[in-house]
Amino acid sequence: MIKPRSWLPTPLLSILLLIVWLLLVSSVSFAHILLGSLLAIVIPLLNRRFWDVQPSVKKPWKLVRYGLRVLGDIIRANLQVSWLILNPWRRMRPAFVEYPLMLEDRFTITLLANTITLTPGTVSANLRMDGRTLLIHALDVPNEQALIDEIRERYEQPLKEIYEC
Amino acid sequence: MNWYVFLEGLISVLLIAGGAFAFIGSLGMAHLRDFYMRLHGPTKATTLGIGCMLSASMIYFGVTKGEPVMQEMLITLFLFITAPVSAHLLAKTGLHLKLKYADKTRGCPDEIHTEDVGEKPVLHPDKGH
Amino acid sequence: MLDTALWISLALILMALMLNVYRMTVGPSMPDRLLALDTMYVNSIALIVLMGLWLNSKTYFEAALLIAMLGFISTVAVCKYLLRGDIIE
Repeated sequence: MIKPRSWLPTPLLSILLLIVWLLLVSSVSFAHILLGSLLAIVIPLLNRRFWDVQPSVKKPWKLVRYGLRVLGDIIRANLQVSWLILNPWRRMRPAFVEYPLMLEDRFTITLLANTITLTPGTVSANLRMDGRTLLIHALDVPNEQALIDEIRERYEQPLKEIYEC
Repeated sequence: MNWYVFLEGLISVLLIAGGAFAFIGSLGMAHLRDFYMRLHGPTKATTLGIGCMLSASMIYFGVTKGEPVMQEMLITLFLFITAPVSAHLLAKTGLHLKLKYADKTRGCPDEIHTEDVGEKPVLHPDKGH
Repeated sequence: MLDTALWISLALILMALMLNVYRMTVGPSMPDRLLALDTMYVNSIALIVLMGLWLNSKTYFEAALLIAMLGFISTVAVCKYLLRGDIIE
């Protein structure tokens, strides 16, 4: 379990910054790790005021598993969408679907919306002002309820377990 | 020797797959019927295409330079983080400008309200502001 | 084999860029043109990566990274302008 502390308000962002720094200089020497860690601590402190309070990650391993699952789904989604675009006899059934959100935190909603955009045939179009429904445009939906159930089961439930339970 | 042939084949396959995905994404953008459907091609297919191409480049330089090259991961990571954000913003803009959607689209959304984007008056670009 | 793959890939990317230009000139609305421009940015990254492979040099990596960042930021800025009528408030 990763807990935010006063000198480390956003642990995930710090880890990401360190990784990005190491990739940018493309070396893993001790000096670069030191400099990268320093930057990863100082930069979030400097722009802390721009961020909402982030929920803490309760189960980091589930987050990794979630990432891998999304990666697999991205490839599947691409094959599906490519087939839809290339198939000349396709009959698309586009639809706007209103997805009732279970998540309440803004950060997790952002993660969910990004996941939805990257995966099968769906783009998240708008988050209503009350933060309760997400408008989704989908390329080919035979059944709206099935789509909602799939998103809830595959993505929202794990996110809720990781961040909020 | 065999190992190099295998790697060369892998790089070639990744390059062609990347090009094909990028092309399919642009094709979808060029010939689908309404804006919201066009949005699907570039956000998914093109992003994955670039991912494939960058992996090919990564493997190639890793083999020829003899050391692991990870820099290309950075562009892939950046694109995978930013592509959904810009797609979401574009979809929101489309809804806000009340773009038409194809008739067979089911479930019509209430058009986006002014309070969803803030109170500022929004100039319409097509009306010569 | 690698040369052939490179040429095929190059041809596909060029066709993709042409389709983008078509959508950008024809595009019935502003977001359509913006989407085409965003896709052109991404496709030009692919073009630069291919060029790096062709010339067997890693110098073009930074250019690709800069184009990725500029593309994202300009798309967001124009979207925000269309949504709010202002970019920095």
